[in-house]
Amino acid sequence: MAYYQNIFTQVQVRAASPDPGVPIPNQDRSAATFWHLAGRLGNAQIGPIYLGYLGLLSLVCGFTAFEIIGLNMWASVNWDPVQFVRQLPWLALEPPKPQYGLQILPPLSEGGWWLIAGFFLTASVLLWWLRMYRRARALGLGTHAAWAFLSAIWLYLVLGFIRPLLMGSWSEAVPFGIFPHLDWTAAFSIRYGNLFYNPFHMLSIAFLYGSALLFAMHGATILAVGRFGGEREIEQILDRGTASERAALFWRWTMGFNATMESIHRWAWWFAVLTPLTGGIGILLTGTVVDNWYLWGVVHGIAPEYPHVFPPVLDPALASGGTP
Amino acid sequence: MKTTFSLLGGIAATLLTVAMLLTAGWVRPPIHGEQTGFRGTGQQQLISAQNLRILQAANALPEPIDKASSSGERATEAYKNVQVLTDLSTEEFNRVMIAITQWVSPDQGCAYCHNTENLADDGIYAKIVARRMLQMNRYINANYTSHVANTGVTCYTCHRGNPVPANIWFDNPGAPHAGGMSAHNYGFGHPSKSNGATGLPVDPFKPHLLGNDTIRVEGTQALPTVSGASIQQTEQSFSLMIHMSEALGVNCAYCHNTRNFGGWAESKPQRVVAWHGLAMLRDLNGNYLDPLKPVYPANRLGPLGDSPKANCATCHQGAPKPLLGQSMAKDFPELGGKPAP
Repeated sequence: MAYYQNIFTQVQVRAASPDPGVPIPNQDRSAATFWHLAGRLGNAQIGPIYLGYLGLLSLVCGFTAFEIIGLNMWASVNWDPVQFVRQLPWLALEPPKPQYGLQILPPLSEGGWWLIAGFFLTASVLLWWLRMYRRARALGLGTHAAWAFLSAIWLYLVLGFIRPLLMGSWSEAVPFGIFPHLDWTAAFSIRYGNLFYNPFHMLSIAFLYGSALLFAMHGATILAVGRFGGEREIEQILDRGTASERAALFWRWTMGFNATMESIHRWAWWFAVLTPLTGGIGILLTGTVVDNWYLWGVVHGIAPEYPHVFPPVLDPALASGGTP
Repeated sequence: MKTTFSLLGGIAATLLTVAMLLTAGWVRPPIHGEQTGFRGTGQQQLISAQNLRILQAANALPEPIDKASSSGERATEAYKNVQVLTDLSTEEFNRVMIAITQWVSPDQGCAYCHNTENLADDGIYAKIVARRMLQMNRYINANYTSHVANTGVTCYTCHRGNPVPANIWFDNPGAPHAGGMSAHNYGFGHPSKSNGATGLPVDPFKPHLLGNDTIRVEGTQALPTVSGASIQQTEQSFSLMIHMSEALGVNCAYCHNTRNFGGWAESKPQRVVAWHGLAMLRDLNGNYLDPLKPVYPANRLGPLGDSPKANCATCHQGAPKPLLGQSMAKDFPELGGKPAP
């Protein structure tokens, strides 16, 4: 027998016509429709979509950045479509070389395109943020989603804009590209003496893993009380039932304490927000005030010393004056 | 609808699994992890039985060549135009010639280097190169015990039966690029053998193994005092380290304690050996291999017209020690090898 599930929903609950949403003055509504495939994963209703001038501008800027990055990548394989597809994960758009410092527009072929793409991508992201904020206000909501998004934007801006400004060189910023930005990350950690000894990196990891744990706990709790209507918030307003009480008792039984139906969402929100927030602080301090996190860790007693199991190793360059 | 989705999903999963099985460079388990450092520092080397078998087969030694007496008639008396092996007896000299033929040009024979009508003739470029290589071989065994120890090297260390060693490098112009205003990315972002299929720079060799670009990029003090290496320089250095790792078939922890790549106190003794290896390569590329450019015919030169040069893989060929540490040079005092104690 078909029954209602939270994912891969077998039963699609549809109104006779799409729900236009709560009435708000002076808001044009685009058309809405139903889409079966969407209904298998979530709500079958698509729309109404609000684009607005902020959304439109954001998309235009985002598309511009996407094109600059993509066309430069395509040019880097001499416009060969086969190589473009084969090498796509490796293809890069690199920031300027160190000698250009913070020059506003170095030659296009030597990082100029990177700066232009970065400008449009940043514009796109900031416009999208504004749009999120304004849509939330228009619906009378709190602006939690926008501020959480801003936390991610903070990390993005630290990596690509604020830290390079402080270091005095665009070359410190992250390249565009799938593997290139990962290679950059590895090189960044090596250059600055192992990011794992950076306390803010530690915090960021703790919040990241914590987010995953909280997400799993919350998801599991709500699914587990689904048989008592625990996920049906609308119905619970009319008929509270026992789902929430059972969920709360489950956690008190197992760990002596339970979050409330509201506070679990604050836990989740703060963990998610603090992940890029602390991470961004960690990046901002790297190279600007700390040059080698491992050595910093030694100074501050967080890098334990291990017994030496090899004969003493000395830097050969000190002995013979060589260069490698 | 439901059946269609399940069917499509099943087909997609099967195709992806098959693609994954056939395309990735798998290592067949079991993989043995050998701890090489203090517990908890993650210093270990991974080796699979299959890879070990492949490595052992690839590094089998060639047939030994009977020893020669160092007394008797001198090579310079018997032959004309002997310029390098002037200290050998005729018997020893002939032994070296037999060895070179066996190790370097087994299919082509003497005629690969010699005018068979007149063996003293210097008309064939390969003979000029071979003469310089003999000097290089003796130079390495005499001056780079810091890297080759008493194991030493012979022609076979690199050549392995090939007139041109399998692992050499040329100046790398990179893949075709549109040029013009488009970003040239300084050689970043293209997978190649030289960068271990990463997005790191495709040419780690010219700056580091011919030039003297600094390899040390990590900050040396906790707090910044001077402006250090850029991230792009770091990636250049990183690319060279990937090459070393691939060429030796080892991971980073073979030399480094990865919590502190730059620090020497926590490194393994192998890192010092590797350091001398880099110094050796700069020396050999700069003083022996690169200057041979005018001698080579065009088909032996690289795409940018430079001569073939050596990197770690030229000798190591995927093994932590070339020929897995078996010494051939100890049986070849003619090549400057040191006899076994």
